[in-house]
Amino acid sequence: MVAQPPVGQSRHATATPYIGHNDAMLTVSDLACARGEHRLFAGVSFSLAVGEWLHVQGENGAGKTTLLRTLVGLAPAETGTIRWRGAAVPAAEFHRELIYLGHHAAVKEELTPLENLHFAAALDGVPLTEPAALAALRRLGLRGREELPVRVLSAGQKRRVLLARLLTRPATLWVLDEAFNALDARAVELLGELIGEHLAAGGLAVLTSHQSLPLPGGRSLVL
Amino acid sequence: MNVFFASIRRDLLLALRRKSEVATSLFFFVIVVSLFPLGIGPEPVLLKKIAPGVLWVAALLATLLGLPRLFAADHQDGTLEQMALSPAPFGLLIAGKIAAHWLLCGLPLVLLAPLLGLQFALDASTLWVLMLALLLGTPLLSLIGAIGAALTLGVRGGGALLALLVLPLYIPALIFGAGAVEAQSAGLDAGGHFALLAALLALAVFFAPWATTAALKIALE
Amino acid sequence: MNLMQWFRFASPQSFYPLAGRMIPWFWALAAAFGLAGLYIGFFVAPTDAQQGEGYRIIFIHVPASWMSMFIYLVMAFWAGLGLALGTRLSAMMAQALAPTGALMAALSLWTGALWGKPMWGAWWVWDARLTSELILLFLYIGFIALQAAIDDPRRADKAGAILALVGVVNVPIIYFSVKWWNTLHQGSTINLTRAPSMAQTMLLGMLLMALAFWMYSIAAALTRARAIMLERERHTEWVKHAVD
Repeated sequence: MVAQPPVGQSRHATATPYIGHNDAMLTVSDLACARGEHRLFAGVSFSLAVGEWLHVQGENGAGKTTLLRTLVGLAPAETGTIRWRGAAVPAAEFHRELIYLGHHAAVKEELTPLENLHFAAALDGVPLTEPAALAALRRLGLRGREELPVRVLSAGQKRRVLLARLLTRPATLWVLDEAFNALDARAVELLGELIGEHLAAGGLAVLTSHQSLPLPGGRSLVL
Repeated sequence: MNVFFASIRRDLLLALRRKSEVATSLFFFVIVVSLFPLGIGPEPVLLKKIAPGVLWVAALLATLLGLPRLFAADHQDGTLEQMALSPAPFGLLIAGKIAAHWLLCGLPLVLLAPLLGLQFALDASTLWVLMLALLLGTPLLSLIGAIGAALTLGVRGGGALLALLVLPLYIPALIFGAGAVEAQSAGLDAGGHFALLAALLALAVFFAPWATTAALKIALE
Repeated sequence: MNLMQWFRFASPQSFYPLAGRMIPWFWALAAAFGLAGLYIGFFVAPTDAQQGEGYRIIFIHVPASWMSMFIYLVMAFWAGLGLALGTRLSAMMAQALAPTGALMAALSLWTGALWGKPMWGAWWVWDARLTSELILLFLYIGFIALQAAIDDPRRADKAGAILALVGVVNVPIIYFSVKWWNTLHQGSTINLTRAPSMAQTMLLGMLLMALAFWMYSIAAALTRARAIMLERERHTEWVKHAVD
């Protein structure tokens, strides 16, 4: 279970372990995780450099979500190390450069999209101006819904509110778990665009998704 | 410190958007206190004697009522995960949530208690002592309760288990809080009780957010 | 013994057979101390001038109270160690000790009531020691209930450890607050610490019984810990070996 070469190239090249580059930002070596008493995966190694992204694939229950949660420091690893800029994770510095969007909506139904963005920024201790928040929501197609309670929005729109955080919160590493779920075709395309811009600007991304993504600089990891 | 206040502001705004939850525990307090005279009888002398204990036990139960909700909603919708990953210290955000819980479930009890004390024939000076004791004691209840709420987060039968874990730890607050009121109404000095309550509060302010944060991280794993 | 060796025994796999060899010895010691203690308690120790024969229940009551408090400390120690070092064995020991501790607290309350009826004329008085023993029982039950309610054993270990540590900080606070509360409400109090000069044989009997309870607690906790090990590690090779 080792990262494969870029998507689209030979899928049979898994036999040669992928060796990390020297300029790798994120390095994971020999990671093993368990859920309860049940071992999910072991021996996962990969590394990502600036502008690269990792597509984590696998069947339901293979441990994709656990891998991502371990990567960001929410779940403990059984063995193995995770390093960000050469330092062991989780460090406070790592959290400053990380944005993790999980399965959950992580938006408050009682608040408006605008308030949600503002509070998310405030809890992160990051400044956010009103125009920036509005621009982010509009980019995600929520024009005219900025001041409605999230309760009345559809599942896809709630998801878009969450995704707006990608624009309002500067971060180098994006870790997105099933980010394409509940999104319509336009939004899927839009999210692809956002990730593309992020990578082009020197960012990194780790994603789980059942869709194939036509983005450059991708690696694939099959659990 | 800004994130601490942001965390308080957020929880207060959320409570404002669903007012019924706060009102429920407040009315619970009033009803429980009002049941005692009905069960025991209306003699003012007896009521005056049991008033400190009754008011304090009711305050204990009323704060307990709001505790399961302290982290549950944020846990369910993933906000708690986001807080744990925030660049800001997780402990500070959690301290903000505990402070908000006190503002919503503790402070109203402090303000309401003198009114209920009047029903129990307490005199003015005793009412003041009651308020002051609750002012020192209810933050203690929120702080200790938060540890229990974090430990039982997402656990089967969480509410009853929470009561089982937290109520024994509330005993010192009950003893000194009710003791202060009792001492005052017996014409004694309540200063010692206040000093001990304040010492317990200082200890809890220092340790409880830390223990709560550790318990929440375990719950998030 | 160097650190590496120590850690070797900290793994359930190597501790399981070791505990298995130790358990019969502790049972034997418990029986020996128990028989000696009971013999002294019932036949050698003189009748108490004030309390008559009824006082002899303290040969059970006092050691049970001591053990109930001591076991809570030991349990919190193991739980804290497990939390700090992540050693599975420590958490298992903490889990194995809790029921024995609760049993001791319950035994202490029960014998206290039996003693109280002839001495005080009441099954229960709100004495400071009785009250704090009752609260200690609540703390044990809380610990056991929390661990039982969490399905993931690792989360159960850690959550239990935090609760045990919070409890340890609180036990002295609770004890002194109850004591203080008790002195404020003198009316119903009877002073337990009266017995001025306890006869040497009484003390000896009590000491022997305390040792017997101690050995019993170790034997019971180790037996329980072995069962927990088998249950938790049932998927591993060594358990399949051990069971065969």
